[in-house]
Amino acid sequence: MEITSLNLVGTKKLLSDKKASESEVVAAYSKRISEIDSKIESFLFVAENPKSENLAGELGGIPIAHKDVFDTDGMPTTAASKILENYIPPFDATSVAKLKVAGVVNLGKTNTDEFTMGASTETSAFKKTKNPWDLSRVPGGSSGGSAAAVAADLCVFATATDTGGSIRQPASFCGVTGLKPTYGRISRYGVISMASSLDTIGVISKTVTDAAIALEILAGQDSKDATSGSAPVEKYSENLRTDLKGLRIGIPKEYFIEGLDSGVEKIVREGITQLKKLGAEIVEISLPHTEFAVPTYYVVASSEISANMARFDGIRYGPTVANSEVENLVEMYFENRTRGFGDEVKRRIMLGTFALSAGYADKFYKKALQVRTLIKKDFDDAFAKIDLIAAPTAPTTAFKLGEKIDDPVQMYLADIFTAPASLAGVPAISIPAGFSENLPVGLQLIANQWEESKLLAAAQAFQNSTDFHLQKPKI
Amino acid sequence: MKITKDLIQHIAKLARIRLATSETEKFTQQMGDIVGFIEKLNSVDTAGILETNQVNGMENVLREDEVENFPKMEELIACSNNPIENNQIKIKKSI
Repeated sequence: MEITSLNLVGTKKLLSDKKASESEVVAAYSKRISEIDSKIESFLFVAENPKSENLAGELGGIPIAHKDVFDTDGMPTTAASKILENYIPPFDATSVAKLKVAGVVNLGKTNTDEFTMGASTETSAFKKTKNPWDLSRVPGGSSGGSAAAVAADLCVFATATDTGGSIRQPASFCGVTGLKPTYGRISRYGVISMASSLDTIGVISKTVTDAAIALEILAGQDSKDATSGSAPVEKYSENLRTDLKGLRIGIPKEYFIEGLDSGVEKIVREGITQLKKLGAEIVEISLPHTEFAVPTYYVVASSEISANMARFDGIRYGPTVANSEVENLVEMYFENRTRGFGDEVKRRIMLGTFALSAGYADKFYKKALQVRTLIKKDFDDAFAKIDLIAAPTAPTTAFKLGEKIDDPVQMYLADIFTAPASLAGVPAISIPAGFSENLPVGLQLIANQWEESKLLAAAQAFQNSTDFHLQKPKI
Repeated sequence: MKITKDLIQHIAKLARIRLATSETEKFTQQMGDIVGFIEKLNSVDTAGILETNQVNGMENVLREDEVENFPKMEELIACSNNPIENNQIKIKKSI
């Protein structure tokens, strides 16, 4: 048995049964990273001699990785951007601190699209992460480093962020489990912001149970994040179930449209049949504003991006031009931002600046906020009649590196089935549901706000009755 | 609407980003595609619909406004690559 092939529950048992020590487990991961991450390129930073600060904690000795937008005390945090190259924060994000207290071992930082802006991890300023199932393909994004690292057994689980699909879509592409909780379920404090009304912290793991255990630790209100919710945190891993009797699951007809790859559709339909076999009642539903989710998302997100990115000016952190090289402060801003940001970040800053600028704010920004209300209402109406929604996570399997990078609109459409849940702030999970032409396909389950218990219980029942999550890529 | 090079240059200036000529052309074309795509929203009837700024129902989250000392002030300031003097970052004159 390979230590690195174990999931969180298995690794915990290995440690508690004293079949392996923390240092043996960490050594196994370090060895695997040094052997194969040159092919995958999922890590931006690998820690030297990492160890647990609380071996007696609930996750004592469990090796994990953080997406490189989570501030980690004393460890580089770059958001995969040149403008934060060599930035070493002197504090931990709340989520990082909670996991540290639980005893995890932080193996390092995973690659992401620059400032999480992308759906392929190709906009990273530093590395192009490969999909472990096919090294010529993208891992998805923006949490492509975290998804690829989990899929390639380079960590037990990884933290990630999802603003429009950045946990679920790479989880689907890499054949792993990706949980985006309710907006505000996990504190955003210390996680570099992209779009503050949408950014959601979550995890990418090998199983639903693992995600449930991680969520128990990460969830909860935080005085440092005023948008974090006060809903009680449940013992998600103890509420898991083996059947779906009594659950009504809605299938939104707007998610089975032209543009959905036929191979993906076949797998997702088989997944829905499996949900039915487990006892769920399957009903067709309508989320009528689905087609407007991606344009709404790109206006709302880009507007917030243009505001959030204004803080990056090279003065307080990151590389900077010398005072002697510029005439005045504004010149310094121009110089640092022009050199520091990549194309996708510049595109979104400009789109947001445009959508908020005089003469256009009502036409674009206000309009998008109104459509967001309608999208949220679609979900409210649906959840008045059903418990969960089942749908594809992404319209395709992993695409080729370079295939969409020069066509922003095509890249944005990768979020077509994930952006609606982000705009509505509802929790969603992508779980492995099969393979199309040897590439993983994810099934997305969506629940109403704060109903992670129901979401995880159903996802776990699916996973208990299937073995897609146990398949491993040959690297 | 038509996205022109002038508009892109104006937006870039507002965003404090400098564009080379080839970049202005590329972004003008790409932003034209993106704006064409988001104009799809015009077909939605939003008369009387309120805007959603906050989605999970939290409102007026308040706390006492108390001063806290950040324990690692020097390390925080040292994140800057600009000259530091008296615990302050020295930059070019702003006016």
